[in-house]
Amino acid sequence: MSWWTRPASDTQVRHGDRFWLYVLACIIMLLLVLPTFIVVPMSFSDSQYLEFPPSTWSSRWYEVYFGSTKWMRATVTSLTIGFLTMLVATPLGTMAAYALFVSSHRVSKAIFMLLITPMIVPVILIAIGAFYAFGRVGLNNTISGLVLAHTAIALPLVMIVITAALRSYDLNQERVARSLGATRLKAFFLVTLPQIKFSVVTAALLSFLTSFDEVIIAIFVSGGVNATLTKHMFSALRDFIDPTIAAISTIMVLISSILLLLTQFIGGRR
Amino acid sequence: MATVKAAPGSRLGEEWHAHALKSQEAKEQWSLLSLAIPALLVIFLVIVIPVGWLFYLSFIGKDGMPSLEHYQKMIEYKSYARVFMTTFQVSLLTTLICIVLGYPLAYFLALLPSRWAGIFMLAVLLPFWTSLLVRTYAWLVLLQKKGLLNDFAIELGLWDEPIKLVHNMLGTLIGMAHIMLPFLVLPLYGAMKKIDRDLMHAAANLGASPVKAFWQVYFPLSMPGMVSGSLIVFVLCLGFYVTPAVLGGGKVTMVSTQITAILENQFDWGAASALGVVLLIATLLVLYLAAKIFKFDAALFGKG
Repeated sequence: MSWWTRPASDTQVRHGDRFWLYVLACIIMLLLVLPTFIVVPMSFSDSQYLEFPPSTWSSRWYEVYFGSTKWMRATVTSLTIGFLTMLVATPLGTMAAYALFVSSHRVSKAIFMLLITPMIVPVILIAIGAFYAFGRVGLNNTISGLVLAHTAIALPLVMIVITAALRSYDLNQERVARSLGATRLKAFFLVTLPQIKFSVVTAALLSFLTSFDEVIIAIFVSGGVNATLTKHMFSALRDFIDPTIAAISTIMVLISSILLLLTQFIGGRR
Repeated sequence: MATVKAAPGSRLGEEWHAHALKSQEAKEQWSLLSLAIPALLVIFLVIVIPVGWLFYLSFIGKDGMPSLEHYQKMIEYKSYARVFMTTFQVSLLTTLICIVLGYPLAYFLALLPSRWAGIFMLAVLLPFWTSLLVRTYAWLVLLQKKGLLNDFAIELGLWDEPIKLVHNMLGTLIGMAHIMLPFLVLPLYGAMKKIDRDLMHAAANLGASPVKAFWQVYFPLSMPGMVSGSLIVFVLCLGFYVTPAVLGGGKVTMVSTQITAILENQFDWGAASALGVVLLIATLLVLYLAAKIFKFDAALFGKG
């Protein structure tokens, strides 16, 4: 019996009957993935204009990128802000998620809702609000201002990842440790944390990427010498199609692919 | 208080213990909740105070006195109505495109054995993890007049002249749908995975054809995932900025692009804030109505 006529499930459907679905799903997946990778060959073109396939290959746009103080400075700023956001958002979000998960207090649900508001409030509103308020206290165009804003939008993601991890973890283990004399702090670090550590790493990577890729808040709140990579990219996109953007995009796709595979690897070990 | 201490088994002793335990419990609860204070502080500094401030600004007129002029303008001028219409139109169409493309994809992933599903899932997760600016740029490159898609279509003979695929509504919708699709597929896939396969067996056993079993059993059971996924997509679309700004080329004015235009050209904080407040209220209204209609638990609202 060939694969085509073999039943696809325990019900009567054969693979052949459902082949159209497989084709359709594969087309949709290609549509999802291919546009992202189109920037890779484009970035190695020698031409001013974006042509595909490139007639001559070169690394000139990478040379432009790595040779430009403006782009290098922006890259360092973005990496710094992403890293600091990760360092702040991960512990803050983990602490809050743990407290709200363990606590049975009436207000804990209300606090949870308040902490995930950055996912509901339109980002444009957060951006102009932060721009206005930060302007009053001199936080605009500073690293700390943007880290603060990015921490706020990364917190809900950290909380959702950690809460999901705590749901699949048996909290009784921590109770055992505490009944054996460990303090809550000690029980958390010695018993709970080692078991949710992969989720904590995922949450950390996600908060880094959230900050590194963030555009709208960065357009408003960052500027001057502390303008981020995305801010420069956005203004370059609006004016003309600069092939340097293709080179930068390729590097960004590479970074997210590595981080994604890292989380998949971590997830597989769980 | 010798009587209290001396009688551990007595009623009075029990009461005393219960009382002490209760106060200790309350203390414990509060010290636990205090762990959330730093996160709350961040949310107050970045969300609550600034958005509250904008709310206040939206009620301050040009002369610095309290007034409703910004909201009156929104009702009087047709241009505002158009902006809101465009925003809802783009959000609704994007959501529909995502449902049409996302449902078969999620269904396919849910059918696969989990080993294969994990690999194919990368196709959904990779765009999810890639910068939306990069993806918007990729579409700009693909859809432009001398872009890949036009070249390809002309070579195949689909059309003769390069057609305008970007800097208009079409380009915006293509880009938005591409960016939003994972937000629909992930919750939908989650809901489909929870459907008990035995129900399909039961349907088959009772004589339903595979098609009938799908529409009468599987599809209704996948609705909660579809509702939450569509809701996430719709709400995210309402406030979306980058893709309409780049792929719309100034021709697709959504509320978010209008807000920045007002700030850039007129520096009118009152008018921009009022638009932002209306956008927020519209978002909350959509979530509230969805919660009412679909009994959707708002706490589940999340990226995955």
